[in-house]
Amino acid sequence: MSATLPKARRVRRLSTPDKVVLGVMVGVPTLIQLVLVWIPTLLSILLSFSRWNGLTLSDIRPAGTANYDFVFKDSPAFWPAVQHNLLWLGFLALIATPLGLLLAVLLDQQIRGSKIYQSIFFVPVMLSLALVGIIWQLFYQKDNGLLNFLLGTAGTPQAVDWFGDSSVNIWAAMVAATWRHAGYVMILYLAGLKGVDASLKEAAALDGANAVQTFFRVVFPAMRPVNIVIVVITIIESLRAFDVVYVINKGTNGLELISALVIQYLVGEGQSIGIGSAFAVILLVISLVPITVYLGRTFGKEGKA
Amino acid sequence: MSIAPAVKTPRTPLAGSRPSGSRPQRHYGTHIFLTVVAVMWMIPLGWAVFTALRPKADTDKFGYFSLGGTFSLDNFVQAWNQGGFPRYFTNSLIITVPTIILVLLFASMMAFAVSRVSWKFNVTLLIMFTAGNLLPPQVLATPLFEMFKLLQLPYWFSDSGSLLNTYVSVIAANTAFQIGFCTFVLSNYMKALSADLTEAALVDGAGIWRQYWSIIMPLCRPALAALATLEVVFIYNDYFWPLLLIQSGDRLPVTTAINNLQGTFLSNYNLLAAGATITVIPTLVIYLALQRHFVAGLTLGSSKG
Repeated sequence: MSATLPKARRVRRLSTPDKVVLGVMVGVPTLIQLVLVWIPTLLSILLSFSRWNGLTLSDIRPAGTANYDFVFKDSPAFWPAVQHNLLWLGFLALIATPLGLLLAVLLDQQIRGSKIYQSIFFVPVMLSLALVGIIWQLFYQKDNGLLNFLLGTAGTPQAVDWFGDSSVNIWAAMVAATWRHAGYVMILYLAGLKGVDASLKEAAALDGANAVQTFFRVVFPAMRPVNIVIVVITIIESLRAFDVVYVINKGTNGLELISALVIQYLVGEGQSIGIGSAFAVILLVISLVPITVYLGRTFGKEGKA
Repeated sequence: MSIAPAVKTPRTPLAGSRPSGSRPQRHYGTHIFLTVVAVMWMIPLGWAVFTALRPKADTDKFGYFSLGGTFSLDNFVQAWNQGGFPRYFTNSLIITVPTIILVLLFASMMAFAVSRVSWKFNVTLLIMFTAGNLLPPQVLATPLFEMFKLLQLPYWFSDSGSLLNTYVSVIAANTAFQIGFCTFVLSNYMKALSADLTEAALVDGAGIWRQYWSIIMPLCRPALAALATLEVVFIYNDYFWPLLLIQSGDRLPVTTAINNLQGTFLSNYNLLAAGATITVIPTLVIYLALQRHFVAGLTLGSSKG
């Protein structure tokens, strides 16, 4: 909250060399951001209305909305991918995130060994999603995986290939993703809980509220900034759930996701830049919803000031 | 909410809370629940390490779900040599170190300009940077791939004649993607620093660069340390950009290369488990040495309301 008066003075005081330095300090990062993030994003939109084999620029042909027609009407993988993305979001939002919150609340009450528990839950957050996929592959394998041994089905015809069977592999992959996501949410909420004014809780307790009531009526609403961040992270993580499925089977056979379809049309055999870009634009439109909400919350106050 | 306190916040103030403990609860139920979850949390990685420690001959003889046979580090040695780990780790280093330096340099310059100097497009640019970081990378993957492919480069610079299949391409993509997040975090941090600091420097005739480099940057050390730790883990764990941009297997960083281990160590799960465990080691070292910075970095981005 710096006063507005000195700010105005500061601008006037900038000398010419200072303006040049400032121009470079802003210009270089902005150029990088424009050329490598925003211009490609706009090109995705343009390419989604074109037909291109990706060889030379002169091969690009306008295609109208043909790519979108194909995606919505004929693409066999599109609707399963949308379903899987939604399922992924639902799983993270209803299971992984609440689990992370629960762990944070339990660990916040100064119990003995809190740090040890925290460390254990935190380890998967340090691992890449690709590695998470490999580690769970070892756990889920059909004949030699631990899960089938624990279920007593290993080596029998009932053994389930958790990552290979298209009727269960999305669930198996979401459990693996939860392993990492819950720890992440836990860390953010632990920081959020420390920021809640202790007198709020005491006041609620004096009013006769029990622990559960205090949490849901007082503590949870007081963590609003963190809650918004968690919601955004959960949505964005579910749209980005690419690495796990790509490590398992490149996002096919029960693990279709919109992000994986983009890449399949770029590097796969039936290469079609236009169709791949149409998937990319759909992904963009969906992700702009949480991004806009988040930016509105974060910058809304400043923009008006 | 300011972000400055988040860095200094000590983790669980256990010592201070004991004497005032008005309610010496035992939390038996909580401990049972947390222990059960913690054990479940350790199983996937534990199973991988357990499998990696056993020779293939023993697991073939006794089965994977057994305690029979010996334990040794032979699989790690074999995986290290056959899996090409020295090459992959070198590649990870070649990609990670320049990326971190570039990201922190550009992000801090940008953050300085938008938070310490008042001018017209402050908030607009900050929004652009923050939004860019939240996009799923697949949204812009196709045009970026084509841009890098069509960019003609001399062969002394790149044996592909374009930016594809070079370390530079991955460094560029990662830098562009991470600048946004770091700019956001650092600008919040710099905003919380007193305006008098640079006002005083201005009176002394210090130019913009000296204000940035000699006054603001040293004060940002805690935030820079936290972000550097976080970014090392992010870049090391990045799977997608090398997957997209690098075609030669011998230029892949570890995280993307583990995908190939499944083919290299076909059906030798002991070696695959050893390979997976080896790739965990660098993040585990960072975790043990710099956990505080890593957690501070994670929560830095979320505590802004």
